[in-house]
Amino acid sequence: MKAKSIKKNKLSQQTGLKPVSIAFVGHVDHGKSTIIGRLLSDTGVIADGKIERIKKNCADNAKPFEYAFLIDALKDEQTQGITIDSARVFFKTNKRKYIIIDAPGHIEFLKNMVTGASRADMAVLVIDANEGLQTNSFRHGYFLSMLGIKKIIVLINKMDLTGYRKSVFNSICNEYSVFLKKIGISADCFIPVSGKFGDNIFSSGKNMPWYKGKKLLDALDNINVCENDSNEDFRMWVQDVYKFTEDGDSRRIIAGTVNNGKVGVNDNIVFYPSGKKTAVKTIERFPVKKAKSIFKNEAVGFTLKEQLYIKRGQLMCLENENRPYVSCDFLANIFWLGDKPLTAGTNYILKIGTQKVSAVITDINNKIDAVTLKETKKVKKINKNEAARVEIKTKEPIVFDTVDMIQETSRFVLVDDIQISGGGIILKELISSNKAVVDECIDRNFHWVKSAIPIEEKIEKYGQKPKLIIVTGIEKSDRKKFARNLEKKLFLSGRKVYFLGIGSVIYGVDADLKNTDKKTDRQEHIRRLSEIANILLDAGLIVIISASELSLKELDKIKTFVSDFDVIPIWFGESAKKGFEGAATLNSISKIIVKI
Amino acid sequence: MKYLNDLENKSIYILREAYANIKNLAMLWSIGKDSTVLLWLTRKAFFGHVPFPLIHIDTAYKIPEMIKYRDKLTKKWKLNMIYGINEKALAVKKTFKSGNVNRIECCENLKTKALEDTLNASGSRYKFNHQTGKYHLDKSKEVFTGIILGIRSDEEGSRSKERYFSVRDKNNQWRVGEQAPEFWDQYNTDLPPKEHVRIHPLLDWTELNIWEYIEREKIPMVSLYYNKGQGLRYRSLGCYPCTFPIKSKAKNNKEIIKELKLGKLKNIAERSGRAQDKDDNGGLESLRRRGYM
Repeated sequence: MKAKSIKKNKLSQQTGLKPVSIAFVGHVDHGKSTIIGRLLSDTGVIADGKIERIKKNCADNAKPFEYAFLIDALKDEQTQGITIDSARVFFKTNKRKYIIIDAPGHIEFLKNMVTGASRADMAVLVIDANEGLQTNSFRHGYFLSMLGIKKIIVLINKMDLTGYRKSVFNSICNEYSVFLKKIGISADCFIPVSGKFGDNIFSSGKNMPWYKGKKLLDALDNINVCENDSNEDFRMWVQDVYKFTEDGDSRRIIAGTVNNGKVGVNDNIVFYPSGKKTAVKTIERFPVKKAKSIFKNEAVGFTLKEQLYIKRGQLMCLENENRPYVSCDFLANIFWLGDKPLTAGTNYILKIGTQKVSAVITDINNKIDAVTLKETKKVKKINKNEAARVEIKTKEPIVFDTVDMIQETSRFVLVDDIQISGGGIILKELISSNKAVVDECIDRNFHWVKSAIPIEEKIEKYGQKPKLIIVTGIEKSDRKKFARNLEKKLFLSGRKVYFLGIGSVIYGVDADLKNTDKKTDRQEHIRRLSEIANILLDAGLIVIISASELSLKELDKIKTFVSDFDVIPIWFGESAKKGFEGAATLNSISKIIVKI
Repeated sequence: MKYLNDLENKSIYILREAYANIKNLAMLWSIGKDSTVLLWLTRKAFFGHVPFPLIHIDTAYKIPEMIKYRDKLTKKWKLNMIYGINEKALAVKKTFKSGNVNRIECCENLKTKALEDTLNASGSRYKFNHQTGKYHLDKSKEVFTGIILGIRSDEEGSRSKERYFSVRDKNNQWRVGEQAPEFWDQYNTDLPPKEHVRIHPLLDWTELNIWEYIEREKIPMVSLYYNKGQGLRYRSLGCYPCTFPIKSKAKNNKEIIKELKLGKLKNIAERSGRAQDKDDNGGLESLRRRGYM
């Protein structure tokens, strides 16, 4: 009967709309899969073969047939009775299509719940009326708020086991509303249901006349999933720069998917963190389709008015809009899913958009219990499935927005070893020690006078990539001799190379520096040396500089100044300092040349 | 058609992520509708180019029209085409057709094993030479560490458990329960040595989406999918001893779309014409855990 009413729909109503994805979350055994099974059979989407296969499987295992087995299709799960992963199933109502994401309730599989729920437009949180609120009822709510899912329906399930009592429903609703309010979520509605008997799923049933609200299917159909972005600043992560030369294609295309706002032909754009500026020349697509502007979520490509040296990981923005933050330091809320605890001081890979950098947690401000919301200060590590507020430092400056500005460009993941092990949202920028350097570089790049010869053409013509070789080591050594020998060997092998000695700078460009404070002078010497090196690199040369006993901090500073180019730091001497690529001696030059 | 745009955008994003992050990348082209849509999306993602090789696993039992269609598009779109084949199993006739093994074992020999050997370069690979117009033995021993596949999560149970980027271990096995999380368009792109990653850009598409997209984009399809007057057409393509057409009057894309929308095929599973599925109790799952596509 129910299936029929769906079938009668006009076809036109079911096309042209994006399917809405719903994640079913909640504590283990609270009946998520049963409700999904009920939805699927009530909307008539179950194919005969599927049911038979599951029935046969049930018979083989001497178990009664349950709707839950529809989702728990994998053999393993049926023997264990829990959903391992986030299965996806499709169904449709009079109004629209849905993709169901069943996220496992078992704490062991929180990472799969996160994977499933992160793909959802809305979430249905299921609570067992008989068992009441359990740890994962809270934890899943907390993770939904972290993931940025704001449309939530709360189902109080298994009402049949409580004699369909209104008081049971009310008391759970009250307690849970208080929790949701604290994490900044307001539920669309609370519905008392019975997944087993179908009350308030597709139709009201006779058991709860006291409930006058929406049934599940109506509640789903009524939720507006169109995002109302309050912030319309244009943002696009550069995914790649393509230059496919086949068939005489000479386009140099900046490719990506628009993350926020819109951009049009002739718009002035700035790439961060570099600060480089130009304008959009064309919008590229295949097959060719002329477009004047392009909007959020579209996968496109651009050619630029001037040739800039742009790499994957830059954020494309509009010049006349709010600019994002560029910094090495920020405050974030994170959650951790890795088996190995997260610890302060350890190096992780941080991925935000298409940027990928090495990062370290400099301070765990407090640990947040996702169930009780209690905060604990002075913790050294965050265990699997826990959340925290932390301070993070990246090795190189990165570009980001804060979560109150643009959600998409404020989210990052942390990779431990090789697996994504945690996620976070950036709350605010913290002032880095190298802020002055970062700002100077952005300003310099913004105003940089561009050559008519793109760097790629120089690379092709000279047959070499510009590189900065930094030779450092203990003060009294043959460092300079090494650098000069290296220059000569590279020169003889046909490379365009220049050795920039510190002495050539100190008495010329740096002649005005006569501080009595040697430390201040040293930092200014390094700044000027780096800026000169940057110009020579832009000319397409391989540049060798030499400085005594560079600290890692100073090395990072130089790298920031020449961020477009590859840097090879060499420690001259017997044993290399940490962070430098091995030790070099006068006899090992040929080994180094291989790398250049 | 906004939802087709959304699906397209997401798939393109995944393809570009694969290309940017995975060194030795290839795409599996089964000649079927899904992987041909994938090929089309690749051309979109890379502005008319296909910047990695396409791999076809030839079982020697493919419906001949599929091979003809493959080579036609290879020439037309100037594809870097490679096919792999398990010559050893064929030589000793370890196939279902010759009656020596059952359907599941045949799939494992001619498809799973052939794929594994093609990726790790231990098996014979043949590469299309656009100058001679013929396939020549591929002498390169390049090991592919990333393979793009056109599987969809609505096809059957186990495929709905997949990630967009799914790491397979050195024995080609899929450890379902141990998969790392994947969210916010961030994928697990780093690989342990000897392992390879499977990339699934079509995971969110349905069979209907595929046909609507083929129609919208006018993507050339092998004609086996259409009824040519006998009231039969293939809904899923494979090897001829194990693949059978379904009853259908649909002669073109529009009629297939109508057929799917009206629910005429609702009670027939998409792969119902694929006999090996029925011989495997858990759908495709036991095949897939050992590395089947």
